[in-house]
Amino acid sequence: MPGIIKTEGLSHVYGKGTPFERKALDNIDLEIERGEFIGLIGHTGSGKSTLIQHLNGLLKPTEGRVLVDGKDIWEDIRKVRDIRFRVGLVFQYPEHQLFEETVYKDIAFGPTNMGLEKSEIEERVYEAAEFVGISREQLFRSPFELSGGQKRRAAIAGVIAMRPDVLILDEPTAGLDPAGREEILARIRDYHAIRNTTVILVTHNMEEIARNASRIIVMEKGRIRMTGTAHDVFSHAEDLRDMGLAVPQITQVFLRLREMGLDVDPSVYTVDQAKRKILKMWRDVHA
Amino acid sequence: MLKDITLGQYFPGNTPVHRMDPRMKILLTMGYIVILFVAKGILSYLPIMIWLITAVALSRIKPSVILRGVKPLIFVITLTAVLNMFYTPGTELVKIWVITITYQGVYTAFLMVLRIVMLITGTFLLTYTTSPIALTDGIERLMSPLKAIRVPVHELAMMMTIALRFIPTLIEEADKIMNAQKARGADFETGSIIRRAKALIPLLVPLFISAFRRADELAIAMECRCYRGGEGRTRLRQLNYGPVDVYALIFSVLLWGAAIACRSIAI
Repeated sequence: MPGIIKTEGLSHVYGKGTPFERKALDNIDLEIERGEFIGLIGHTGSGKSTLIQHLNGLLKPTEGRVLVDGKDIWEDIRKVRDIRFRVGLVFQYPEHQLFEETVYKDIAFGPTNMGLEKSEIEERVYEAAEFVGISREQLFRSPFELSGGQKRRAAIAGVIAMRPDVLILDEPTAGLDPAGREEILARIRDYHAIRNTTVILVTHNMEEIARNASRIIVMEKGRIRMTGTAHDVFSHAEDLRDMGLAVPQITQVFLRLREMGLDVDPSVYTVDQAKRKILKMWRDVHA
Repeated sequence: MLKDITLGQYFPGNTPVHRMDPRMKILLTMGYIVILFVAKGILSYLPIMIWLITAVALSRIKPSVILRGVKPLIFVITLTAVLNMFYTPGTELVKIWVITITYQGVYTAFLMVLRIVMLITGTFLLTYTTSPIALTDGIERLMSPLKAIRVPVHELAMMMTIALRFIPTLIEEADKIMNAQKARGADFETGSIIRRAKALIPLLVPLFISAFRRADELAIAMECRCYRGGEGRTRLRQLNYGPVDVYALIFSVLLWGAAIACRSIAI
């Protein structure tokens, strides 16, 4: 079965023909399988946001193609809008897009645009709200009365309510406190696990990536520089640093330990793994 | 889409034209407009043309960029040309059915087009080579005598500066919100006028909220830095007339003088 999303020679140039011309994407070939949890990382301006806006047809490729389920999304211009219901995109600071009188109506905006039945919309709104942890009572309040973290979750629910096959989130935890971050990530993880939705998570936080993503894509200057599991990617700590990125803090600790002469394998990227490795070493030494 | 709107676009540079005092640039532009309307006959446009070409050449702004400003007005320019061509009485040049084109008509039409194109390109040169901040600074200083009759010159200039400063920010913001709503299936492009107006609500509500939030934050930030109006306020960039301004003034006066002198020479 072909991947759910595929790009072929995708390039994008902003401001073509003006003095401000800038190549944002350069010949991207990418294939994403159904049910994958992709972590997309890259320095600011590396083309991540441009790339994800191509995947749901908000931007039109300057060159190359974007295929969803093996079909070019720009083949029929009238169908591009349907792609946006299948590939849900949550922008950075999505709470800035809330506009309705009640949270309920705001979450219902997407499903309403899909032209669904009223009962179907209601079902989806309740389901999406439950997924992100918005109570029924909050649903009928103004979105502007909610706290920052709740607003963010309500906005994410607005995309989830469309039941997209692919859920793309651009830095969904930016500007939240650690509890709020974990809350949102846990919801996304659950959603991925239960629904088997394909998830693409854009973030600057290496810990978030290490703990969640089944595959990591690293972008630099509009190109894909690396792709692979956390193990593959974080073993190139030097290259990542050159790109203005980092490895998870715990990996940094292990790298330092090895520099200090300890015989440890630095391919560790979560605290859990680190704990097991250290305990194992301890046992080996004392056995 | 929204990004294509150019509002007094500024092209940074370090040419004599860029370095000129904004006050001098504003005054010369005003003088230039007056001269354009005072000039009469092709000969008197010649010195003004030399003035404009020199200014554009010195500013190092590509002629194609300068001419782009003319594009939206092509219709008006053509209409003016055609009307002048047909309705100026004089010696007959061509006669097609009831329409007569006279020699004088062609001549006037040509001068009209020349005048409008020069008017647009000349004034665009001002905004192309002067940053909005410098421009408002210049306007504030030029208008400062009006303070005597209680015109709140500083406040007006500050309002203009802030408005100009936030135009790109708000355009960017509107673009982002539009994309976010499009990602939820909003449709801004099709449907009747009423449908399209309704479709703007999901864009306008968040945009207004963010504009108010920004205004509030900016007001607090200004208060935190003890902003209390124009009284006793000094400037980081002092406006000073330099040699460039003097040269520009002399050059302009000479050429414009020539233009006026040539008025009486008819061909």
